[in-house]
Amino acid sequence: MNDMLDRLQRDFGISDITERKPTLTTLKVDKDSAERLIRELRDRENYTHLNFMTCIDYIEDGIFTLVYMLHNYDKQHGLGIHVDIGRENAEMTSIHTLWAQAWTYQRELREMYGISFPGSPRVNDDFCLEGWDQIPPMRREFDTKKFSQERFGHREGRHSEVPRDQMKVELYPNRGGDEK
Amino acid sequence: MTPFSKKIVTGHSSALDFAQPEPVDLSSGKYVKLWQGPQHPGITGNMSLELTLDGDTIIDCKTHVGYLHRGFEKLMERRTFIQNFTVVCRIAVPEPTFNEYLYSAAVEELSGIEVPERAVWLRTMNLELMRLASFLMWIGGMSGAFGQYTVPNWTLAYRDYVLDLFEEMTGARIYHMYIVPGGVRAGLPDGFEERARAIMDGTEKLLDQIERVMFNNIVFKARSKGLAVIPPEMIDPYGIVGPNARACGVERDLRKDEPYLAYEHLDFDVITGSDSDAYERAYLRLQETRQCVSLIRQCLDKAPTDGPFQADMPNVLHWKVPAGETYVKAECTRGEYGYYMVTDGTEFVRRVHVRGPSYTHAIAVMERLAVGNNIADIAGMMVSLHTYPPEIER
Repeated sequence: MNDMLDRLQRDFGISDITERKPTLTTLKVDKDSAERLIRELRDRENYTHLNFMTCIDYIEDGIFTLVYMLHNYDKQHGLGIHVDIGRENAEMTSIHTLWAQAWTYQRELREMYGISFPGSPRVNDDFCLEGWDQIPPMRREFDTKKFSQERFGHREGRHSEVPRDQMKVELYPNRGGDEK
Repeated sequence: MTPFSKKIVTGHSSALDFAQPEPVDLSSGKYVKLWQGPQHPGITGNMSLELTLDGDTIIDCKTHVGYLHRGFEKLMERRTFIQNFTVVCRIAVPEPTFNEYLYSAAVEELSGIEVPERAVWLRTMNLELMRLASFLMWIGGMSGAFGQYTVPNWTLAYRDYVLDLFEEMTGARIYHMYIVPGGVRAGLPDGFEERARAIMDGTEKLLDQIERVMFNNIVFKARSKGLAVIPPEMIDPYGIVGPNARACGVERDLRKDEPYLAYEHLDFDVITGSDSDAYERAYLRLQETRQCVSLIRQCLDKAPTDGPFQADMPNVLHWKVPAGETYVKAECTRGEYGYYMVTDGTEFVRRVHVRGPSYTHAIAVMERLAVGNNIADIAGMMVSLHTYPPEIER
């Protein structure tokens, strides 16, 4: 493991290597080297399984951190590859030629965070949100409560009753709530 | 490690061309566009398939989701850690327990909380009961997709018996909210073990009957054998996991590969098949359902009957989880189910990503396998992949 990480540090300039637990290590790599690193890990280091792709919005730093979680079935070890990209005009190299499910993740990230992946199939098709006209909803600045109040309007909550009093009034008006 | 994993082609070969099919000229009058779902008895949950047909033959398939999107991952970023635990179980209706467990496991890992041994066993039993209930529902769905409506009546009745056990154990039938950070909410009620054993005995007999009625049925065999075959070289490039992968001989099961909870103390083997077609996948799941019964009995035998079932916890109303990052996973009925969690030291989670096997099984895999098949087989094909839309949209 250490030999591999040393080599990757030399060849791809990886940084922030952190062992989260014996079966999971995370590291950071530049945007420009990320696709080559992931391809290398898949083809030479046997990290053949893409668990998922996701994104973390660090709005306070003005960046999105893309996370590629890879798994090596021989070593039963996971590698979380972190790639920072700017929030403004966010764009990342597509990995849809490496795994068949990658384009779906990229399509979701385009819709939920507004990150573009040039060349990725169907990336601009709606994924979950048909006809969405707001900012991408997984961005931290998207306020779900404000959106729902504006879109659907305010509705008073249900009027609650004390069950026994309600029974007296509605169900047993002639018996004063005494059902005997 | 399976010998197949060594042979898997991870390159970009012609057999694994991920390119999207070219759109056809619908105005030519040669093709028909047909939507299967979202409201259709032959669809798994609320999703739809946009099919392009040349006669009866599917020449293009596109999966559409979004009918169930409730934004759980976003909701979780705005709720405290204890509030989230009532949300996660709603992500997957037929298997809420896996969400409860994985959310709790991620929080515990980041907080350094040790779960008492009794809770570990109760969690294991709870997960296996969930697997049993889910498989029973799936067997019914698979049988129904091929026109046999007797088996679904049996399996749903027995699933209800399992839900009775859940009600006794947790107080709820569907959304149990039983596995909480730090342990479980309660021990077992008096007499639970006897009632659970009686239901396991009945379920075992039921599975024998299902094997005779469903798996020896000539119509089911004729229609499902050779349908939607997944070759081993598709496994890694398409991210196929669970029974869909095991049915073609890939011996991967997180309960064995990276044991969690009490699985290392349980006696079981990873069940594999040889040719992952719809029949093989179905038969493998039947065998795994039998295995569930065995695992539940083992849990009943070995689980401690006394001792704490909840660790000492901080005041959950002011609970801050240290900054960190983890990915925890478990083997659900469909394969690897995972929670990726990032915390920043506050009372709120920074990011949660829920990873479900259907994300690839229902989209990339389904779209590839459907092409060239008959429209009449699309429902059976989809059920044989065991897809759940809620885990795609989260």
